[in-house]
Amino acid sequence: MGTTRREFLVLAGGLAGGLALAVTAEDACATPETMQEAIRKLVGNATIRPGRVRLDLPPLIDNGNAVPMTVTVESPMTATDHVKAIHVVTEKNPLPNVVSLYLGPRAGRARVSTRVRLADTQTVTAIAELSDGTFWSDSVPVVVVLSACLEEGLI
Amino acid sequence: MARAVLSLPAKARHGEVIEIKTLIAHAMETGFRRTQLGEPIPRDIITRFVCTYNGDEIFRAELHPAIAANPLLAFTTVATESGTLEFKWSGDRGFSLTESATIAVE
Amino acid sequence: MKADCGRWLRHVVATACALIGCALSVHAAEIPLAERRSGYEFMGRETRAMQDDDVTNPGVLWVLDGETLWNRTAGATGQACAGCHGDARTSMRGVAARYPAWDVASGRPINLEQRINACRTGRQKAAPLVYESRDLLALTAYVARQSRGMEIEIAIDERIKPSLNAGRDTFHRRQGQLNLACTQCHDDRWGKKLAGNTIPQAHPTGYPLYRLEWQGLGSLQRRLRNCMAGIRAEPYPYGAPEFVELEIYLMWRARGMKLETPAVRP
Repeated sequence: MGTTRREFLVLAGGLAGGLALAVTAEDACATPETMQEAIRKLVGNATIRPGRVRLDLPPLIDNGNAVPMTVTVESPMTATDHVKAIHVVTEKNPLPNVVSLYLGPRAGRARVSTRVRLADTQTVTAIAELSDGTFWSDSVPVVVVLSACLEEGLI
Repeated sequence: MARAVLSLPAKARHGEVIEIKTLIAHAMETGFRRTQLGEPIPRDIITRFVCTYNGDEIFRAELHPAIAANPLLAFTTVATESGTLEFKWSGDRGFSLTESATIAVE
Repeated sequence: MKADCGRWLRHVVATACALIGCALSVHAAEIPLAERRSGYEFMGRETRAMQDDDVTNPGVLWVLDGETLWNRTAGATGQACAGCHGDARTSMRGVAARYPAWDVASGRPINLEQRINACRTGRQKAAPLVYESRDLLALTAYVARQSRGMEIEIAIDERIKPSLNAGRDTFHRRQGQLNLACTQCHDDRWGKKLAGNTIPQAHPTGYPLYRLEWQGLGSLQRRLRNCMAGIRAEPYPYGAPEFVELEIYLMWRARGMKLETPAVRP
């Protein structure tokens, strides 16, 4: 891994004594194209329509390491009309897939909460697969701020 | 040592939709971080969570590195009959943990 | 990618801060008691909900570990904490809200972690727990959890006053390559933004706490070391008297505020 000029300047002004190499996330990064590929792998060639899904994420995120997320899908959740799966994907995380959730009529309600990592300000998308074979989605733009005063590899 | 925390009602009415919350201690190492010396830290995550209700699967999740450390999963199920709910987490390096809870349904 | 932008941005912020400060020591006004606000109030709604929910607050994993350790025998005496202190819910109630405190045996003030280790070595005849080890964090979190909701009130008498003053001086002294004093951000500029984050008032109302940035639970001293790294100062080692003095000052500064352990913070 090469050191860019900006990184060198910061390292030069770094901590007195001790290594100043930070623990960083680099390398691969999802793009809108890899996200589309990931979506195709999950849902095949089906048409995905916006609607019926509600993706709740804070618009302004305190810290991208743990972002509370709730996905809700309007559905009676009966044996003949229910949500089979919900997939969440991102466009700027290192990998596009976040989580895939498999429900069914025994869920009673299509509503799942978890906490996710978001690497950067971006749009997050949730796609629901219904028992009738249709696909629905919701996309939410979020702003991720970075922490001031980090450890820089120091515990 | 505490590895998982479960929250669900001990009793429910037949047909009631109950909320289940699960929290498990796990670093969910993404595989994208590096040590101070630049060496990659290998991925080590929980990849799958399954909940069964008297043996029937009622909820399943496939997790990727984008799920935060100490994963929380909160979902619902219909209280159908008294019995046992089993929660199983599995992942990289043969990680496996099973917890269970009983429910009385009237 | 994210970190590259972050480091560059922090470099810009650092330069700006360095340019602001040229004078010597800083004597800023203290925040009026009625205007003090916990870091809780500077977080987003969802992060606050994470702290408030007793089941899903990630800190609860450490509190439960602490409960196990409380009941586990240790050391040559084969005694558990519970052996002398019984049910922590009663015996430890209020303890964390009044630490650091003067320790007659050692003739100096000690914080809660040091109190726990004093019991381990002196009473249980067990090895002390290492700072920031999971065990010490768990026990401290469990003990401090018993004071949740109580008002912080540390006793200031003639013995501890010099330490309080030393802590106050540290808080007001410019340090590090950025030549910044704690008070400049946390007394003068709280509520304003630093690289997209809102600057809190820096009250230790929820320690040990789950910091999202750490993706784990950590102590007040770990957070203070982060601060010192942030202003490019050589951080004091864990357990240093300077840290205990700072803790005394910070807890005194937060007197009357409620303890939130285990808190969640960005």
